[in-house]
Amino acid sequence: METCAEEVQVKLLGGRSSPFVLRVRIALALKGIHCEHIEETMNPKSELLLKSNPVHKKIPVLVHNGKPICESMIIVQYIDETWDTRAPFLMPKDPYDRAIARFWAAFIDDKLLPCIRAVFTGQGEQCQKAVEETVANFPILEEALRTNLCFLGEAYFGGDGIGFVDIALGGKLAFVNALEKATDSVLIDAEKMPLLSVWMDRFCEADGVKEVMPDPVKLVEFICATRVKFASLPAAN
Amino acid sequence: MEACTEDERVKLLGWLRSPYVTRVRIALALKGIQYQFIEDDAENKSQLLLRSNPVHKKVPVLIHNGKIVCESMIIVQYIDETWDTKAPNLVPKDPYDRAIARFWAAFVDDKLAPSIWGVLMAQGEKQQKAVEESLANFLLLDDALRASSCSGNAYFGGVEIGFADIALGGLLVTIKAIQKVTNTVLMDPQKMPHLCAWIDRFSEIDLVKGILPDPVKVLERVSYLRAKFTSAMAGN
Repeated sequence: METCAEEVQVKLLGGRSSPFVLRVRIALALKGIHCEHIEETMNPKSELLLKSNPVHKKIPVLVHNGKPICESMIIVQYIDETWDTRAPFLMPKDPYDRAIARFWAAFIDDKLLPCIRAVFTGQGEQCQKAVEETVANFPILEEALRTNLCFLGEAYFGGDGIGFVDIALGGKLAFVNALEKATDSVLIDAEKMPLLSVWMDRFCEADGVKEVMPDPVKLVEFICATRVKFASLPAAN
Repeated sequence: MEACTEDERVKLLGWLRSPYVTRVRIALALKGIQYQFIEDDAENKSQLLLRSNPVHKKVPVLIHNGKIVCESMIIVQYIDETWDTKAPNLVPKDPYDRAIARFWAAFVDDKLAPSIWGVLMAQGEKQQKAVEESLANFLLLDDALRASSCSGNAYFGGVEIGFADIALGGLLVTIKAIQKVTNTVLMDPQKMPHLCAWIDRFSEIDLVKGILPDPVKVLERVSYLRAKFTSAMAGN
């Protein structure tokens, strides 16, 4: 069920520096869905955000025909299922392939992202430990690209085109690259992770993605500034 | 694509007291799918488990026609999509309703479960903080159920149990055990009437009753984990 009228009613509440918002922007761009972008500064959180996402009070929130949808990968699935006759198809059709896609997206969210976040917020030794954990988790994805029959020999995790897992990981990419610069660390080592490195370059150059990727210089600035703020906070338990 | 032969090739690897294995058993039972249950051991994980789920080394693992599916709610979606012509639908058909169902299932996994385990595996101030977080999380679920019941739904998504109900329901026996072992009340009938009414309703479904793990065994396990934690703390 998709018409131009549908799209007029699509709003995305988000921020330019958020990798989670970026995931949704990529999905919308790939599907060619026009939407109104509402910049949310998060400080203070707007009335619209608090009303649309009272449980988590976080971005992104997609508002479609007045109904809010929260959580980035849930929004991506919603976009794929609502605009289900519009290519590209972000989720595979086969139930097993879908399970594999969901598994790796969950791995990215549950294992990889917390480490990356710890690199972002941590200082000194804590940051170093987080870097080591991140570096330990990325090879698991490299291994999946190398050996999983669903991904083997394909351009993307999603096959010929960008799919669910690519968006889950790719949304974080610009942030990871900027984080490497800001913390002077190597999280994705091209020599040790050749498939992932090739995937990264291909993803960043893809139509639909390159247009929405944030300005890398501004992102490094943002990360550095935020890390300074974290450093001045009392230590968390 | 479903025939009796499909069902014969379904295996579920796990242990019965696991809340996550319980979720999958409920889904399989709701769909009437026959399967072989392969009992594994949390303290001595089998080669089959380690080979089938090398990334997480956790249960449940569903093996269907030799294909391996991991992560409980991913397995539940897989079951619903593979046996898609077998009632009931576990995940709603409408994209918006699906997003809501997924939202609450993710809430249970990402917010509720960690706060509850936090009550078990902490003491003093940290435990108190985990108790407060758990209460806040249960209140949010109570409110969601209140909104559902305003729409005439007895369960999260509808008039029958579905995706979000399975996500929470699988944890019920474990939560009750944690309450007992830590002497806390996390699911408070006075503050959370809709949640507690849902718990009663869910637990009374015949099919569910037959699957929920033995509370005695779960209590034993939860007590063991608590004792292990407190003695580790005492040792430090």
